[in-house]
Amino acid sequence: MSTNINKDTPASKMTIGGNIYEAGNALEFKTGDWRSIKPIYKSEKCTQCGLCFPVCPEDAIPVNKEGKREDFDFDYCKGCGVCAKVCPFNAIEMVNEE
Amino acid sequence: MGIRERLSGNEAAAIAMKQINPDVVAAFPITPSTEIPQYFSTFVSNGAVDTEFVAVESEHSAMSACVGAEAAGSRAMTATSANGLSYMWEMIYIASSLRLPIVMSLVNRAVSGPLNIHNDHSDAMGVRDSGWIMLFSENNQEAYDNLVMAHRIAENKDVLLPLMVCQDGFITSHSIENIELIEDNKVKEFVGTYKPEHYLLNDKEPIAIGPLDVQTYLFEHKFQQAEAMRNAKKVILEVAKDFEKMTGRKYSFFEEYKMEDAEIGIVCMNSTAGTTKTVVDSLREKGVKAGMVKIRVFRPFPADELPEALGNLKALAVMDKADSLNGAGGALFEDVTASMYTAKKQVPTVNYIYGIGGRDTTSKDIEEIYTALEDIAKTGNIDNPYRYVGLRK
Repeated sequence: MSTNINKDTPASKMTIGGNIYEAGNALEFKTGDWRSIKPIYKSEKCTQCGLCFPVCPEDAIPVNKEGKREDFDFDYCKGCGVCAKVCPFNAIEMVNEE
Repeated sequence: MGIRERLSGNEAAAIAMKQINPDVVAAFPITPSTEIPQYFSTFVSNGAVDTEFVAVESEHSAMSACVGAEAAGSRAMTATSANGLSYMWEMIYIASSLRLPIVMSLVNRAVSGPLNIHNDHSDAMGVRDSGWIMLFSENNQEAYDNLVMAHRIAENKDVLLPLMVCQDGFITSHSIENIELIEDNKVKEFVGTYKPEHYLLNDKEPIAIGPLDVQTYLFEHKFQQAEAMRNAKKVILEVAKDFEKMTGRKYSFFEEYKMEDAEIGIVCMNSTAGTTKTVVDSLREKGVKAGMVKIRVFRPFPADELPEALGNLKALAVMDKADSLNGAGGALFEDVTASMYTAKKQVPTVNYIYGIGGRDTTSKDIEEIYTALEDIAKTGNIDNPYRYVGLRK
């Protein structure tokens, strides 16, 4: 039920009090569009040191099975820039969101 | 046949709570409702109920604990008065907007200041737009009966709103009167078991309650609350019907006292109705066609039904035991006159602010109002609709 409620849903089809009858629903809340600046991942400079992904408050830096980071998950990255700040190799550059 | 007893209003409320045996009671003592959690905690200690009694450190916490308990899937109750209710204010709105059918016993008292612990309705009037169902009670019997009916109304799936049962502080809460109690097993059966459809402690359905409600959604959620309040009218009558079958005691949105042929009438709430009935009786003996309407259900407001009852009067007085301090009329006056205007019923109407801070309202005061109404009915003249009775000007 929670997945079907959007800006066109009439009051009669909405849950009372805004209740969400489903677990793990934060996944459906794509906060990426809050961003005003975005990180650019420069894989050629990245040494996979592992400092960036633990500090991401949104868990928006995916790490694969080999323990290596991949490109940002822009559905959830809010562009806070913490990752760019901790990166010792300038492998993350913050640019204005277009 | 019920059990004949003599109890104060607070005792009656506490006994209703004992018979309901809710899962959680969270309360903080405040005059004049202190005795309700006091008596109730005795029932807990004696094992008369298996309720979890949460002795909180404030009323804000009392209502918060009730919100948490009710959201978890249990039945929660509380009691308070005046500044205690004021301190709950924030959580009062959370309770109704999260659609949690908490039941409160509100023993009406003036909200300070200056500091006053006596009866008026300023506490209740302060939360009249908070989305709680509000029932008013003339005496201990009605305070008890309204509490017994409360959960059936509040927990109905078309309603799901919190409910407060009001009674007058000291006048009702501390006066011992005759009362007819219902047998424990009958109350238990009448109230039934609380079976919420969705609740936090259901491990089969993990849910989120109270998420952020932005511009896209809050309007619709408020509309849902308003619809629930409208739905409550039907449910209140259905529950009253079942209650009448059990006890023989009849309840509706309001009580009409000698209104069939009445020419002058008073609208009031709570204990003042008892005094007014006595005055109506003595006026009737003198041939004066006086009547009275006592509001029981203040929220939802009986805006469609009330004009039918009042429309044929020649003069009407609405009594407010709280001054809205708006330079115009009290809250009940505004609701009554708005409903009359909307229903195209034109009756010369005046407002009387009375009994503030526990000022005694005597039969003489009520007589004064009926005398003024007789004059209005005769002449049609209302110099000033915003009046006071029992005040030293």
